[in-house]
Amino acid sequence: MSSSPILKVSDLSKQFGGVRAVNHVDFKLTKGELLGLIGPNGSGKTTIVNLITGFVKPTAGEVYYKDRKITGWAPYKVVRLGVARTFQMVRPFYQLPAFKNMIIPLYSPRVKGLAGGKYGDRDAVALDLLEEVGFERDSFVAYKPASVLPQGYLKRLELAKAIALQPDLLILDELFSGLSLAEVASIVPIIEKLRMEGKTIIMIEHRLKELFRIADRIIVLNFGEKIADGKASEVMESEEVKKAYLGTEAG
Amino acid sequence: MKRRRERIDRGIKVRSEDIFALCSWREMLYLAFPRLLPIVGLILLSFVLSIYWQKVLLSVSVFALLAISWDILAQTGMISLGQALFFGMGAYLAGIMNHTWGLSPFITIPVATVSGGLFCTLLLLPVLRLRGIYFSMVTLILPLMLVRIVEATKIFGGTEGLSGLGALPSRWVELYTVILALLAALFGLRRLMGSDFGLVLKGINDNDRSVMSAGINIYWFKAQALFIAGSVGAFAGAYMTHVYMFVGMPVFALDYSILPIAAAVVGGTGTLAGPMLGAFILVPLSEILRGLGGLRIVFYGLFLVVFTVALPEGIFHYIARKYHQFERWVEVDT
Repeated sequence: MSSSPILKVSDLSKQFGGVRAVNHVDFKLTKGELLGLIGPNGSGKTTIVNLITGFVKPTAGEVYYKDRKITGWAPYKVVRLGVARTFQMVRPFYQLPAFKNMIIPLYSPRVKGLAGGKYGDRDAVALDLLEEVGFERDSFVAYKPASVLPQGYLKRLELAKAIALQPDLLILDELFSGLSLAEVASIVPIIEKLRMEGKTIIMIEHRLKELFRIADRIIVLNFGEKIADGKASEVMESEEVKKAYLGTEAG
Repeated sequence: MKRRRERIDRGIKVRSEDIFALCSWREMLYLAFPRLLPIVGLILLSFVLSIYWQKVLLSVSVFALLAISWDILAQTGMISLGQALFFGMGAYLAGIMNHTWGLSPFITIPVATVSGGLFCTLLLLPVLRLRGIYFSMVTLILPLMLVRIVEATKIFGGTEGLSGLGALPSRWVELYTVILALLAALFGLRRLMGSDFGLVLKGINDNDRSVMSAGINIYWFKAQALFIAGSVGAFAGAYMTHVYMFVGMPVFALDYSILPIAAAVVGGTGTLAGPMLGAFILVPLSEILRGLGGLRIVFYGLFLVVFTVALPEGIFHYIARKYHQFERWVEVDT
């Protein structure tokens, strides 16, 4: 690795009361990489994302983004540097049409800054972005209120909201959960296209089969600790990983 | 065979949803009528009412302003129990300016509006992070605290208050100042809440994490909403100071906190027009019931209970639905 990492997490820990949600986790991420973050339920995947994006302040350790220390920054400041995330539980503004849901990220100071201080026609940009993630332009689906959209479209809307911020680092928290095989298959090309554009992506997933097909690297967490880090095939060979997964799945 | 009631948008609503679809006077009237109603209604009312009821209209408008100010905050996810803070802040600022420097009401009211909004925002800045009931508690306590400070330190006239303050030039100026302010607040703020800025405010109420993860500083937006709501409330207070030509401890009274909430609930929250409508029902009602003496509060309370049970969505939402949609029974097979 010649260039400096886009994201560096060093010795990151978070304690909630007596629970060590994240325990001394280290990893680096180079530009353009797609990292899969996996592990059994409660292994601290989402907490790590919350620590990076500033929703939770770490007990110890540091987060560097593009050589800048962002540990404990407020979420909106982290976003302004170019880190966007999606949430596991999608909670759109149900009474608003899908494209109006896009207005809030498009109102962000980051978008304004990148566009040279002008917002432009937000509605038009919203419709373009939604088309990119699979809201068909010739149907009325982008104009429907979010409350009537199926889960697949809500997840895409969540993805579009993150893309709207034009991030360099995109963190997708269980984007595939609750989707059918066909829906996942239709979202995978969108993620691959984002990679071609040079975006660095972290994906938290339980759908390992789909994840392994697109991820460059996998990090496995268990009880807040990193137990494996490497290519998908290598990682699943590790005894510790097998134990962690079999232990929960058998129970 | 079971029967089910369904609601369908009226054809005229569908056709007039986009402005380019307007092609007849009927459709234009359909859109214009609800907007013209408060304007024409208020101007006509001011002519036909007796002097006593003009005073009532004046107080109705002040409470309507407070209810609108409450609704702005509620739409941003801040449930305030202390509109009296905004009201009292504006009232005292205007009173002090008039008392010490002898400034005319035409200067004190605008200055108190802006500075009152600013002071209230600064006072509540430390608690912007609080959500739900915690924020409400603080807003409830602040006016009660300020009134005790005035009482204990005897500043600004202490318990006596400041009297003999300047009045507005005439009854008509008095009435039209508040009517114009009310209409400006109603239409201006409705427009604001419909803009993308308003969308962000409503987004904070709905899902603040999602707004934060869009790179938007929600505390800055909450502070702006507080300033807007605070200014509206402070205007009402400053104006009332010059109507009564007096300012004293009663401006921090609980009435100014509770009645706007009741008005918003009866009228229908989230629309700004609803809370205003609520004030136009509740305040005159309490005037009519004045003849009942002690029983007045009982009837008033009963009316509130009946309304919240029978029409929990609020009168405005009910009327708007009837205006835009019709209902019919359809048979469904199960």
